[in-house]
Amino acid sequence: MRDTRLIMGMPVVFEVADAEATADDLEAVFAYLVSVDEQFSPYKDTSEVATMNRDGAHEPSKEMREVLAIAARTKEETRGFFDTTKPDGTFDPSGVVKGWAILNAANLLKERGRKNFFVDVGGDIQCAGVNAEGKPWTVGVRNPLGEGIVKVLAPGEHGVATSGTYVRGAHIYDPHTRAAPPRALLSLTVVAKDVLEADRYATAAFAMGADGLAFLQSVPGVEAYGISPAGTATMTSGFSAFVAP
Amino acid sequence: MKKFLLSIVVIAGSVGYALYSSSNASASPAAAPTAAPSQTTNISIENTPTTSAPPAQPAPSPTVTPSPAPAPAASQGQYKDGTYTGSVANAYYGNVQVEAVISGGKIADVKFLQYPNTHMTSVYINSQAMPMLTEEALQVQSANVNTISGASETSRAFRESLANALAKA
Repeated sequence: MRDTRLIMGMPVVFEVADAEATADDLEAVFAYLVSVDEQFSPYKDTSEVATMNRDGAHEPSKEMREVLAIAARTKEETRGFFDTTKPDGTFDPSGVVKGWAILNAANLLKERGRKNFFVDVGGDIQCAGVNAEGKPWTVGVRNPLGEGIVKVLAPGEHGVATSGTYVRGAHIYDPHTRAAPPRALLSLTVVAKDVLEADRYATAAFAMGADGLAFLQSVPGVEAYGISPAGTATMTSGFSAFVAP
Repeated sequence: MKKFLLSIVVIAGSVGYALYSSSNASASPAAAPTAAPSQTTNISIENTPTTSAPPAQPAPSPTVTPSPAPAPAASQGQYKDGTYTGSVANAYYGNVQVEAVISGGKIADVKFLQYPNTHMTSVYINSQAMPMLTEEALQVQSANVNTISGASETSRAFRESLANALAKA
């Protein structure tokens, strides 16, 4: 059972391969993701994020406190590369909300007794179990240079997330050595124990340019595949374990 | 590097058209060298097309069925010299807007006037980890997969803004 909708301005795709899957499973996940969008969208005046930006004394909800804690942990673990405060001073937790919401959606399905599914929100994915043919779920890595895919992954129970913007290297520099800006990657795909881990590391490491791969190599349990503008890909030492045979 | 990026966007777009849209390879000579009908296509800098005239070599790939589908905008030949600003395209984390500089009929540069912000404050470089990384050439595949991971929003916004800029050139 598979469906696609547009939520948070992104395509949401998910499929439940369990024989006993019902339309209610799909509705429950979509309803949850819509509620996350209502609460965390920086673009909606009625969201809690907008409220916090208007009112510094706002008492954060339970969900917001959870997101704030993840953001604080990510900032620390990535040596300041991840920050929910934008240069204009506004608060925007989007960088962790997406992975957090996908993981919660996956856990919601597990609570409903589902074992075989994937949830994909805008290209960030949590897999569980096997697909309708009883085989491991396969995830293609989108070609950032054009159409098609450039790698087929079998992430098993792991999460997959890809960061990719066309941020220029000039905005990234090493304040200690004042070395030349590192080359920017076109995209960085991360596989980790769950999609929240994959998403926050992909977001932070992408901003480090080509050096992000060396950083991720040093993080246990996190593997990555980065694509350069020159059409080459660089992967961490354990990444091949997640490449589909 | 900027030329590289653009050229690759152009060539990969062309390859994509040939592989997935059955587009007319002869109308897009740039795509010819890599438009082989195999499952796997190496992306190579040597094959980088330019948008300069003349569009000499006809496609040596007889297996691509001609169709009236138009070639990608960026492969259509010469542009007028000048600097062209693309539209502001919305990506999830912010806006993307590019400026294309055309010189001698070719795309000489693409600048980013706006791009999604990534909140950088410092850099950490782990040089010990570098030797453990391995590199490979990118291969475009057409395998069936259950779903796809990618930063589609920003890419789409980039292409949208660039296409808009080039439409004016």
